[in-house]
Amino acid sequence: MHNIAGVLAQPGLWEIVALSLRVSLSAVLLATLAGLPLGAAIAVGRFPGRTSVIVLLNALMGLPPVVVGLAVYLLLSRAGPLGSFGLLFTPGAMIVAQTILILPIIAALSRQAVEDAWREYDEQLRSLGVDGVRAALTVLWDVRFSLLTAVLAGLGRASAEVGAVMIVGGNIEGVTRVMTTTIALETSKGDLPLALGLGIVLIAIVLVLNAAAFVVKEAAQRRFG
Amino acid sequence: MILPLRLEGVSFRHIIQPLSLAIEAGPSTIILGANGAGKSVLMRLMHGLLAPSSGRVTWSDGAGRQAMVFQRPVMLRRSALANVAYAVDAAGMPDPGRVAMEALKEVGLAHLAHRPARVLSGGEQQRLALARAWALHPEVLFLDEPTASLDPSATREIESVIRAFDASGTKIVMATHNLGQARRLGDEVLFIHQGRLVERASVERFFKQPGTAEAAAFIKGELPWD
Repeated sequence: MHNIAGVLAQPGLWEIVALSLRVSLSAVLLATLAGLPLGAAIAVGRFPGRTSVIVLLNALMGLPPVVVGLAVYLLLSRAGPLGSFGLLFTPGAMIVAQTILILPIIAALSRQAVEDAWREYDEQLRSLGVDGVRAALTVLWDVRFSLLTAVLAGLGRASAEVGAVMIVGGNIEGVTRVMTTTIALETSKGDLPLALGLGIVLIAIVLVLNAAAFVVKEAAQRRFG
Repeated sequence: MILPLRLEGVSFRHIIQPLSLAIEAGPSTIILGANGAGKSVLMRLMHGLLAPSSGRVTWSDGAGRQAMVFQRPVMLRRSALANVAYAVDAAGMPDPGRVAMEALKEVGLAHLAHRPARVLSGGEQQRLALARAWALHPEVLFLDEPTASLDPSATREIESVIRAFDASGTKIVMATHNLGQARRLGDEVLFIHQGRLVERASVERFFKQPGTAEAAAFIKGELPWD
């Protein structure tokens, strides 16, 4: 077995890492833009069927990636309703699939954070004559570190999943091959060094993300209570 | 002047039975009753946090400047000073920073101005809640069992701030089940029992000569639960 530096210096490895990050970060950005307002709206809104929506959202956190991949595949395939965009087997399709996969995670976790804070602040804010957008912004600002955790949970899920990107991306070398799909392929081919190198990078990324989330939350807890 | 506050046939679900009363400017009003009697709900109806199921709550000149301090203080995740300044700014008053600092001095918290509000002790947070109310110069201050979860020395500090409010001309309306506190701070008592206004009297008369059996039992410590 090579040493770790040798494993990480293999040709093509860092291009694969870069594509993985591009796909997953784009998906996180899109899912955050949609998921945070959605979660906040469900948290403070009162509408018929709200409980069912919350249960559904929580259940969707456990969406199986391969099922999301299959659904997006059907949507984007040439005969599908969105086939005319020609997205299938491109990084764009992978971003779409991962966005759908992690949107419920970000929405459900931010819904919980905002709702807990809202329950605590509601009467006090109304007593101070604060309502509407100003009240919503006050609560969102106060739970900003919990929202960061929700976003990082989404990023962790996106960067670690293999099923969805494999199906809609096709694992095409130099085009849609990302860390997880490469690991799956190279392992079955018996080319362990590349799989191992990518595995190390992937674990390092997930570790760093979770450590960062933990440190930020702890620091915020000490600083702001 | 926003007082008197009038409640006409006000009820709330099954918790408050229809009642009518007027709260006048001047004497400190204590809403007295056992746990679950409806004190907190009655205050929230007065302050406008709850809408009555029936009846009307009216102020003589609009809802005006009023503040409420809750049993458990709710502080935003920012400094003590910023919490008070937030309220001043929300009320549309000028110079929030300076007004907030003066209010902190008034309750003896100036030295903690830049500490995060939520890491202060329970007693300090409640004093901070009073500073937040003080900064608004309210005509009426509602207090919902403000010392129920505090130790005796923190309770004394809170009571002295409440006296300062009274001295500055703010009308005090306070819910409590603490008889000693009612005697120390109150001028008149509204005694609530099972959602009904059972008795209204001056503090002296209420404790010396309660007019109803329920009030007499409550004073003697035989909480009537039936």
